[in-house]
Amino acid sequence: MNSEHATENTAAESEQPKGLAPSRHEIDTQLRSILCDVLGLDADDVEAFDNDTGLFGHLPELDSMAVAGLLTEMEDRLSILIEDDDVDGEMLETYGGLLAFAEAKSIES
Amino acid sequence: MRSFVQWTAPLPNGGTSEETALVFDKSRDYRLLVLPALFDEANKLRHLTVEVMYRLDLSGIDCILPDLPGCNDSLAPLSAQTLAGWRAAAASAAEQFRATHLLTVRTGAMCAPDTLPGWRYAPQAGARQLRSMIRAQGISAKEAGDSFSAEEFGNAARENGANLAGWSINAEMFAALSDTPLPDSELLIEIGQENLSGAGLWLRAEPDHDPEQADAIAAAIAVGLLQE
Repeated sequence: MNSEHATENTAAESEQPKGLAPSRHEIDTQLRSILCDVLGLDADDVEAFDNDTGLFGHLPELDSMAVAGLLTEMEDRLSILIEDDDVDGEMLETYGGLLAFAEAKSIES
Repeated sequence: MRSFVQWTAPLPNGGTSEETALVFDKSRDYRLLVLPALFDEANKLRHLTVEVMYRLDLSGIDCILPDLPGCNDSLAPLSAQTLAGWRAAAASAAEQFRATHLLTVRTGAMCAPDTLPGWRYAPQAGARQLRSMIRAQGISAKEAGDSFSAEEFGNAARENGANLAGWSINAEMFAALSDTPLPDSELLIEIGQENLSGAGLWLRAEPDHDPEQADAIAAAIAVGLLQE
């Protein structure tokens, strides 16, 4: 029963007309790939990140310079523009926060 | 065989400074001057850069990686350097080491002497690198609970210089890196990151290495040179 619903949803999402903002799934995939490149982790490790996984302030290697690189790369790969005023501790603290931010920016652009 | 040698770099104030260069030098016909990435990217790409040189040495190509004044092991203060000074130092290194070709890495492309043919790996303009550094500065400031405006910071840095993400950059250097576009070069062939497998190592939070990327960069250069 549940699996039937899931199939319907996936089908509906894939029928999204072209020209709309990228789907949540696409942004999620891109964002994980950027984090793999920044953290030097395997895709499998980053795949295990959930919305509550801590980023800035939780991963010692993710210092302010690394986060700055991450934001610049998000701009390039997601075709968004991140204003410095947009950047705050909340969006950087967890994977879920960063994903929600990227989604909001994709809709704006 | 790698070794370290000294060379004499001109300084913006008219003086000179004894600097180190890492060389693979057997006085061969092809001599590649390597201008490294700048600031934090220099640390992140040093391993890759030296690995590319090691591979080219095995292909019969001499390679020279000079420290520009204020960079890497240099004793000259970074805060006294200028972009024009680095360009003059790079041109002087090309002459002192009798370089026949050039490889620039990332923002190192801003310092390229305009006489040598060669390659530039993933070149970026200074303004782009400054933007990331200003952003890092802003993130640290906000983390410490201070307010931060990138625009105000940039204006102040143009006037007075700045300590930018730990790098002491004077007003002249800041303005030159901000305002000078990436030079057009008909002599330099671009090796883009899209030509390599994987993402640029400058993105990594910690310095890292990728032998396949070093192979690909070295191959592009060796094939280009040895086909001449």
